[in-house]
Amino acid sequence: MQFGIFTVGDVTEDPTTGRTPTEHERISNTVTIAKKADEVGLDVVAVGQHHNPPFVASSPTTTMAYIAAQTERIILSTSTTLITTTDPVRIAEDYATLQHLTEGRMDLMMGRGNTGPVYPWFGKDIREGVALAVENYALLHRLWREDVVNWEGRFRTPLQGFTATPRPLDGVPPFVWHGSIRTPEIAEQAAYYGDGFFANHIFWPAAHTEAMVSLYRRRFEHYGHGSADQAIVGLGGQVFMRKNSQDAVREFRPYFDNAPVYGHGPSLEDFTAQTPLTVGSPQQVIERTLGFREYVGDYQRQLFLMDHAGLPLKTVLEQLDILGEEVVPVLRKEFAALKPAHVPEAPTHAARVAALTDAEQAAQADLTGDDTIDDTVEAGR
Amino acid sequence: MTRRIVVVSGGTSVPSSTRLLADRLSEAAAGALRDGGEDVLVDVIELRPLARPLADAVLTGFPSGDLAAAVEKVRRADALVVVSPVFQASYSGLFKLFFDVLEPGLLEGRPVLLGATAGTARHSLVLEHAMRPLFAHLKTIVVPTAVFAASGDFGDTTDGRLTERIDRAGAELAALVAGRPAVRPAARPAGLDGTGLELDESVPFDELLRQVGQVP
Repeated sequence: MQFGIFTVGDVTEDPTTGRTPTEHERISNTVTIAKKADEVGLDVVAVGQHHNPPFVASSPTTTMAYIAAQTERIILSTSTTLITTTDPVRIAEDYATLQHLTEGRMDLMMGRGNTGPVYPWFGKDIREGVALAVENYALLHRLWREDVVNWEGRFRTPLQGFTATPRPLDGVPPFVWHGSIRTPEIAEQAAYYGDGFFANHIFWPAAHTEAMVSLYRRRFEHYGHGSADQAIVGLGGQVFMRKNSQDAVREFRPYFDNAPVYGHGPSLEDFTAQTPLTVGSPQQVIERTLGFREYVGDYQRQLFLMDHAGLPLKTVLEQLDILGEEVVPVLRKEFAALKPAHVPEAPTHAARVAALTDAEQAAQADLTGDDTIDDTVEAGR
Repeated sequence: MTRRIVVVSGGTSVPSSTRLLADRLSEAAAGALRDGGEDVLVDVIELRPLARPLADAVLTGFPSGDLAAAVEKVRRADALVVVSPVFQASYSGLFKLFFDVLEPGLLEGRPVLLGATAGTARHSLVLEHAMRPLFAHLKTIVVPTAVFAASGDFGDTTDGRLTERIDRAGAELAALVAGRPAVRPAARPAGLDGTGLELDESVPFDELLRQVGQVP
């Protein structure tokens, strides 16, 4: 199982000091936070993509490449890549380039984006959000798998004899997650392709996540990618920790009360009860996180939102220390002990290359076997 | 067959003339249905205790606690009786909030009886100029007679003939409900304690691809 952090890249005033970081500070801090995540042993850092203030994260692959160049181990991902308003050809090129530069130490998560005006700024219409996600991803999927693509669709100029370069590293396209809070069509899409499904999970009651993941798992099995419990699931989470839970609550409350997403609404106590938000001791975070498994099943990736609502850099780095030293090692052990052997690990480039090689060798050994052809297709998904 | 009438009362004082009117309207409708041989359950949702959860839901995007339970009652309603006090020439903000947090389409096709209260009869067109358009937008079926009660109507039996209007409106709602199959709400995730809720199978992906002109 992989553990990591995800960010949306917002520039938010610290409500306790009234100070707002500059865009430059926020971008630098994002890199510092990512390097810290690598240093404390986390597996994944995911950055956002937005095209409107107060967000600075408009160019995820630039940031990802910069972080990758300064880290050794951590996987770079997105939260999310806008599949609706970004040209799928540019996604194919940018992320394949990133894949080569990082030696495969990357993947990406597709999202639609929910800010109405961003769509027309890129010549699109939010009411076509799902259709855009379907068409654009169908094209992206082909661009990474077919050397020469002839294509025509509703939303983009046609392609004749087009080759997206560079070709994916080792012939294995970047792994794709599809993120959604409550759109069944996106769970369906992830299942159809045998891709990962990431439930945002935070900010909403767990019943929504449970229903979405359950749909994705059933459909994953329906499309023949494996049994429902072998589907690739990721979850978001949001925590704030101090040694004593009362200290955590006291320190986090002003950030909670003024947070852009839920501030000035429910109390910290109510929201903690209603959503996966956990504010307390490391032990409380461990117990709550282990509980996620009870309603989504064994899953592959857990990302935490750590740097929002104006929390200062110093605090975020302290949180990462606690996460890396006290929480994730225990979660790793506990989740691993609970996971049945037939449930796959989180996908990595190396594992997917190995699966493809195995499938090719099997195909060589038995050219007449129908099953091996299926395996090859499966490995290349 | 048991019919469920759900009353939404936006009165903020206790006791409230809005609730008084709401009760008389639901009794009239229930009585007319029972006369036609139906069993009737009446459920009342008072909005005052839901004021804070309503404000929270506007900010968080999901109903919690008692509000989630109230939304479930509405989901299962065969008909609604909705009554608001008049605030500043319209329905109250609290009344509107409740309908703002319902998911789109929830009330579609549901028979609704409108009522409003105010200090004087000068506000009576609020029913026609504010409430009826709101419930038309929500695609409900609004009964022709909407009932307005000014304070004076609760005493004056010669002029306003409040009781007569209540009975007529109740009978109209009952007639609409009696002609329809009972409501069977679709399952969907909504509440906090909604464990076990299942999403209906989504549109098959082949179909989604075809909708954008792509060959699966």
